[in-house]
Formats: sequence, C-alpha cells, structure tokens
Amino acid sequence: MELFGQTNIDFLSKKWFFLALSLIFSIAGIVSMLTWHGLPLGIDFRGGTVVDVKFTQAPNVDAVRAELDRAGLKNATIQADTRSGSNELLIKLDIRETSEQALDAGKENIIKALQTTAEPGKADLNNTGATTLKDYLLRVDPLHLGTDAPAQYTQIANAIITYRDKSRGGVFSSVAEAGSVTQPAVIQALQQDFFVSNFGVRNVEIVGPQVGAQLRQRALLATLYSLLGMLVYLWFRFELIYGVAAVVACFHDTLITVGAFSLLNTEISLTVIAAILTLVGYSMNDTIVVFDRIRENIKLLRKDSLTEIVNKSINQTLSRTVLTSGLTFLTVLALFVFGGEVLHGFSLALVIGIIIGTYSSIFIAAPMLVAYQQWRGKSIPGSPAPASSGEGRRYKSPAKA
Amino acid sequence: MKKNLLWKVILILATLVVFVWGIFLGTDPQKSVEAMKANGIVAGIQQNIHLGLDLRGGTHLILQVRVNEAVSAETDQTIERLKDSLKKKNVAFGDIIKLDPVNTPQKITLRGVDLSAAGDLRSVVQDQFAEYDLTPGAEGSWLITLKPSVFESIKKRAVEQAIETIRNRIDQLGVSEPIIQEHGLGEYQILVQLPGVDDPARVKEVMQSTAMLEIRQGLDNGRAYNSEQDVYAAHGGILPSDAVIIKGKSIGSKSANENGDVFYLISRVSAVSGRDLRSAEAGHEESGRPDVIFNLTRDGGDRFYAFTSAHVGEPLAIVLDGKVQEIANIKEAIRDSGRISGSFTDQQTKDLSMILRSGALPASIKYLEERTVGPSLGADSIQKGVRAAIVGMIAVMAFMLIYYGFAGINADLALILNLVILLGFLGFSGATLTLPGIAGLILTVGMGVDSNVLIFERIREELRAGKTPPSAVEQGFGHAWVTIVDTHVTTIVSAAILFLFGTGPVKGFAVTLTFGLLANLFTAVFVSRTIFDSILNRHQHGEALSI
Repeated sequence: MELFGQTNIDFLSKKWFFLALSLIFSIAGIVSMLTWHGLPLGIDFRGGTVVDVKFTQAPNVDAVRAELDRAGLKNATIQADTRSGSNELLIKLDIRETSEQALDAGKENIIKALQTTAEPGKADLNNTGATTLKDYLLRVDPLHLGTDAPAQYTQIANAIITYRDKSRGGVFSSVAEAGSVTQPAVIQALQQDFFVSNFGVRNVEIVGPQVGAQLRQRALLATLYSLLGMLVYLWFRFELIYGVAAVVACFHDTLITVGAFSLLNTEISLTVIAAILTLVGYSMNDTIVVFDRIRENIKLLRKDSLTEIVNKSINQTLSRTVLTSGLTFLTVLALFVFGGEVLHGFSLALVIGIIIGTYSSIFIAAPMLVAYQQWRGKSIPGSPAPASSGEGRRYKSPAKA
Repeated sequence: MKKNLLWKVILILATLVVFVWGIFLGTDPQKSVEAMKANGIVAGIQQNIHLGLDLRGGTHLILQVRVNEAVSAETDQTIERLKDSLKKKNVAFGDIIKLDPVNTPQKITLRGVDLSAAGDLRSVVQDQFAEYDLTPGAEGSWLITLKPSVFESIKKRAVEQAIETIRNRIDQLGVSEPIIQEHGLGEYQILVQLPGVDDPARVKEVMQSTAMLEIRQGLDNGRAYNSEQDVYAAHGGILPSDAVIIKGKSIGSKSANENGDVFYLISRVSAVSGRDLRSAEAGHEESGRPDVIFNLTRDGGDRFYAFTSAHVGEPLAIVLDGKVQEIANIKEAIRDSGRISGSFTDQQTKDLSMILRSGALPASIKYLEERTVGPSLGADSIQKGVRAAIVGMIAVMAFMLIYYGFAGINADLALILNLVILLGFLGFSGATLTLPGIAGLILTVGMGVDSNVLIFERIREELRAGKTPPSAVEQGFGHAWVTIVDTHVTTIVSAAILFLFGTGPVKGFAVTLTFGLLANLFTAVFVSRTIFDSILNRHQHGEALSI
C-alpha cells in the first residue's frame, strides 16, 4: 500500500502564506498570555494546594463551595471532573493559604470543612491512613491480644485500608462495610470511635513558594539549554544557519504550544514541561530528516538552485514525514483519550505539538534556509550558497553508501 | 555472508533472552520467583520494575534544613571557648555577641578590647580558633568570622546528619523502602519518599521534631517566674552573661500565668546533650506516669558526674527543643542514667524515646513540598496508562502491517523487541517506572517506528529508481542511518537535559525515553537489517520484496 507517490508540490512559493499563519498563531498565544488568561502555571510552579476529593455520590459543587466558604476558604477554586461517574472534585487553594509553619494547613482545612457528617470525638475512617489505624487498634486492642501484637494489628489495618482503596474506590459508605475483611470485634471497636464522611482524599499536592520559584527557573533553563544543545549539535553536523533555522522552528513550536495552553486556560505542570521538551526533540527530528535530504541533494544536484533543492527534498521526505507524524499522533491520541486526568496536560501538549512540529519543519525551518541564502545572495553577489559552502569539510558520507 | 547472518541472529536471540530475564527475574531471581509463586506473575515483575510513587501510592516530601541554626550552635560554643581563652590570657573585653544570629550566624562581634591587647587577641584567635578569620570592625570592635570553607562544610554536615537522623527515625516507624536523599534542586534540601504512606501526618511529626535534649543548670534555685519581665526585675534589669531565660510548662504547684507557661533562668551552656545519649527507653514512674529513661555514653557520663557532683542540692533543668521539660534538684552525684518525665502520654514517651535514640537533628527543618497519592489513584493511573499503551501500540502495529505488507512484520518485530529491551532494562537497572514514564514508553513506540518508516520509505524510493532489492536495502539503510543518528542524538540531548533538571516522575520519563531511543537504534537498524538480509538470502536474486 502506498499513500504518496512521487509528489511535486511547490512548498516554497507559499512561504509567505505560512509565515503569516504562524505569526497569527504565535501572536494569538502571546496576546492571550499578556492580556487574557496569562500563563496558566500549575501549582508546581506557582505554589499552592490541590486536593483531589472523591465522593460517594455525585457531588453538588454549590454545596461544597458553601461548605468551603463557611470554613473561610473563600479563594478556593473547585473543578469538577468532567467524566461521568467519577464523583471527583479538584479543590485548589492558592499559595496564600499555605503558611511556612504548616504547609498542609490548607489541606487540613478542606478536609475539616467537608466532614459534614462528623461526630464529636470520632475520627473519619475515610480519611485515615493505615499507620494511624494501626496505632488506634494497638491502643484499643479489640481482639485482646495484649499490647504486644503489632504484627496482627498492622495486618488488620492494612487489610481494611487496602479494601477501602482498591475495592471500594477509596470511600466506605459505612463503617460496617469494613466488616467483609475483618473480625466483628474490630468493627465493633471501630464503630465506637470512627465515623465515615461522604468523601475520601485521593491525591494531595502542596507546593511551597520556594519550590515553585525553584521549579519555574529550572523549567525555563531546561527548555533553553535543550535548544542550545541542539543548536550546537546541528552547527557541528551541518552549518550554523541550519542550527539556527531548526532552533527557530522549535522555539516557534514551543511558543505556539504554550500559547495554546494559555488560550485553552489549561494548567502547565511539570509533566507538561516534560512534554514540551519531548516536542522540541520531536520537531527537531522532523527538521533534521528534511535537512539531511537537503544536504544530500546539494551534493547530487549541483546545478539546481537552493529553492529547487529544498522543494525537492521536502517532497521526497513528505511521505515519511506524514507517516511518522501520523503514527506518533496515533499513539499520543491513545494517551489523550485513555490516559486519564493525570496525563491530560501532558498528552494535550503532545497532540498540539506534533501537529505544529510537523508543520514547522516543512514550512518554517526549510524556507528559512532559502530566505537566508537569498538575503546573503543580495548582500554579497556571487557568493556560493551558504548551505553548500562547507560541505566538503563537514559532510562525511555514510560508510555503507 | 551466511555465517555472518547466523551470528547476527544468535546475537539478537541472546539479547532477547537477556532482557526477558530482566523483566521477569531481574537482578534477584530468587526473590522474583518467590513473589511470583506467592502473588502471581505481575507481583514478580513488580519486584524488578519498581513503580514510582505516582503509580503505587505514597508520600513525597521535600524539606529544608535550617542550616544556619547548626552554624549558630557552633558559634555559640566558640563564644564560650573564646571567653575562657581571653580570660586566661588576661585580655579584657566588653562583650562577645552575634549581631544577627539568624542571617549571619557565622559572624561574632567582639567589643571593648583595648588597643594594646590587639596582639594578644590576634594570637589567641590564630592559635586556638584556626577556623576563624579575625578582622577589625567598626568603632574599635573586632569581627570574628568563620572561614567560608568551614562555614560551608558545617552546613553540608548538618544536611548529611539530618538525612541520617531522619532515616533512623523512618526505619523505626517501619516504612518499607523509603528514599531519603539530598535533593539536588535546591540548597540544603532533602527529598523523602515514603511508598504506601497515604497519611503522612504522624511521619511528618516524628521527622520534624528536632529532639534537642540538653541538661543544663537551673539558676535562681530553679524558681519559676510568671513572665520574662519578672526575671529581669529579680536581677536589676541585667541578666548574668552566662544565663538565658527559657520557657517551660508549669510543673506541679508552681505558679503559672494563663497560658500555663512559666519562665526559668537557665545556664547558657549545657552539661550534657542528646549527643551524649547511649540509649533511651519509654517506661513508667513508680506513680505510673509515663516517662523516658536514658543512659549516657562513657564520656557523657563522666561529664554528667562532674557536673552533678559540683552542684549537689542545686536544680538541674532538662531542656527539650528549647523548652524546659523538667526541673529537679540534684540529690547526689549521678553518673550515667536519668529519666525525663512531664505530662506525657504513653504514645508520646514511645515516640520521644525513639526520636532520642535516633539522634537529634542538627537544626530544625521545614517542609517545602508535600504530595500524597492515594493507592486507588495510583491503581487507576496504571490501568489507564497500560490501556493507552496497548491501544497505541496495536494501532501502530496494525498500520505498519497494512501499509508495508511483509516488511510491516519486520517493523512490528523490531517494535516488540524494542519494548522488551526497554522493560528489561528497567528490570535490571532498578530504575523507577512513573506515569510519565509509561507515557515515555508509548512515545518511544511512536518515535521508534519512525526509524523503520525512514528506512522503508528510502528502500521504496531506491526500488522506484530501478535498483535491485538487495542494493535497494543496502542503500536504504545506508542513507537512512545518517538521519537516524542525527535524530536520535538530538532527542537524547533533550532527554539528558530533562534528566539533569527534572525531578521524580520527570526524571523517570527521561530515563525511559533515553534508553528507549538507544534500544531503538539496535532494533530498527540492526535487527531490521538482519531480518531483511535473511529474507533476501532465501529468495534469491530478482524476486520482489514485499514492502
């Protein structure tokens, strides 16, 4: 089977159209970053608290907000999980609710505010960990094993908590539910001292301001160093202008992807940065495939102009470019669809980035080479094409060819 | 040619065996087999491929050591030693203080030294305080500053000691496979990962308590004052230079203000400290009140004996974390054991004795980051990640089969081998598989197939140009090889930078990506080539290549 025969599309004649398109996307992103949604940084970079709460029934967002307001958490944002049947809410507090003395004060306040079924003097079985439960059992000793039975009680506590988390989806609807994995005597004791709230905490992230600033700086440096590293490699393997063109294309991809996150108001987390760096690598791959072909064709077709050579090279690699992008896109789409909430930002960045990355290697990077040569040609008439000037010195033909 | 091919096939099969071993048996086959027998194959694999906290659930903490406190403790001792040395040398001085003990604890200011004594001062500092620099300061004062290298090494040591102490404490709490290490991203930070701990409150409490135990001399006959002003009033507004006021809970019938806090005048230096402890156990007093019984080391015992014999009938104060826990009269000289009581519960004495045994933190700590993943979310993430990986992989493999016909099988085999090598590598190296790591795995599949596409498209081109299948294969691999090296190197560059700058899960992603790419070089180029060659070898010349 074959999708592309030998194509002969004149990509370069449309370069101004594509340049305008890129500019529009870039500017839209920049405008959104400056005036609309800003740079929607996640708590990794901004600091703050995110608590993922799972309820026994579909939660009423307004009621939850009212509870939080009553507890004085007026700045909390509540984000409902869009998938049906998940019964989850993400509750976010900004950095001001996080004090240096008690990093987890915000989390504790959220849990306390939501424990509407709390009974005085009793602890919440849905928000108790195995260690605490074990300590409780050791103290109360419902099975009369004496004070020296940590092994048994550790096992019982683990069984109850594991049952809650793995089989009951993280929340019991009554203390008695734990009865299916433990002895009646234990349940009796638990009923004395525990109640169940209508929610359990699935995930907590608390980032202090210092770490946020640290990560922000790191992420920026990582992106810049990664671009710089590639520039140096391409300079060494090709010519400086190739490196510059490829890096400009990658920067363009990064800018548009970040811009898209701003337009969609989707939070940029640490894993999104990882995705963006992967994109930089991916987009670079695409560009290098085209550049390699250009370098090869410059040697073969000495009489053709650079414009013709670049056009020809893009056409020759077009089927590979489209196929690979399509296949990578397929896997990334699988991630986006099946990967769940945690990978949402990560896969979104890749979905956007793969489209942009493919586009930029054809319509941004390669035309830049031609534009540079035309500009050089104008200022120094008769000078050799820059792309071929260092060819003999730098290009090493593959051993097997 | 044929013999060459045989060796290649053997090499490929050997690689396959080695990495399959890595997945199922890892570096400790016995343990994996045991786990498999007990809990099935998946448990055995998990013995080798470690799951990150985001997949198995647990708590991730970043904490910072307030290292300046350790420096301050050091310079506090220096001040005491300096006073003694100067007195011995008959150098008169006004006062020795730290102007800003919080921000510049390494700087000691010495005031009121007569100009004529400057030479003596210089020789004292040079001879006995070699780790300090002496410089003249403003208005005839002197500045005694820790040398920068010593300053740094004290801070570094404080972090190392804190890691050691925290590890001891976490071990005693029975958390399995904790990770406690210096966190390279920030200064004086420690990363703590506790798999399976979804309720970090108690662990945090135990980790955080500095447990600075000191036994000092109680002054003013151990009198409890109601406020700091009262202490000053009793001393005419100026405290003795070797004394400090320390807060404490009111004990017994002694008077107290509304908060229940009272103030004691306590000696500045301690007779013995937590460092001199040999052991500590929770116990009970005769009255049944919980207490902690401790034993001192030989050296500490000697000092304690000297101290208690010199002060029989006078009070001693047990100071814990800067608070007077207990004040009692010394009845007789004590050598090596004592007890701490106060209003403790059983749990508190158990924790306290455990914390004392594990050693004191050299400085207090604060928490900078806390992430807790509940096990239900982790299990969810694994399920979703694995499902996405399988769907993506099947889609890609199906496409390759349809599009390239027989050569598609070649690519699919290479892809499967790529995955096996990658998972086997994770099994051998003990690297951790995180959720982004699974994503990296999926991405490796997508990008791995790129090399095959590059090669196949090139072979098609060469065939179109009229070359024979063997030479088309030869040329296709040759030309594509250059491009493949370039693309792999650039991606590895960005993965390496991710590894250097990333944390936890992102690092896991970088590792998966890098090794996936290396494995891909082997499978997409070497393995694919071998498969092609063996096919070409069987169908002699001229026969068409299904691609």
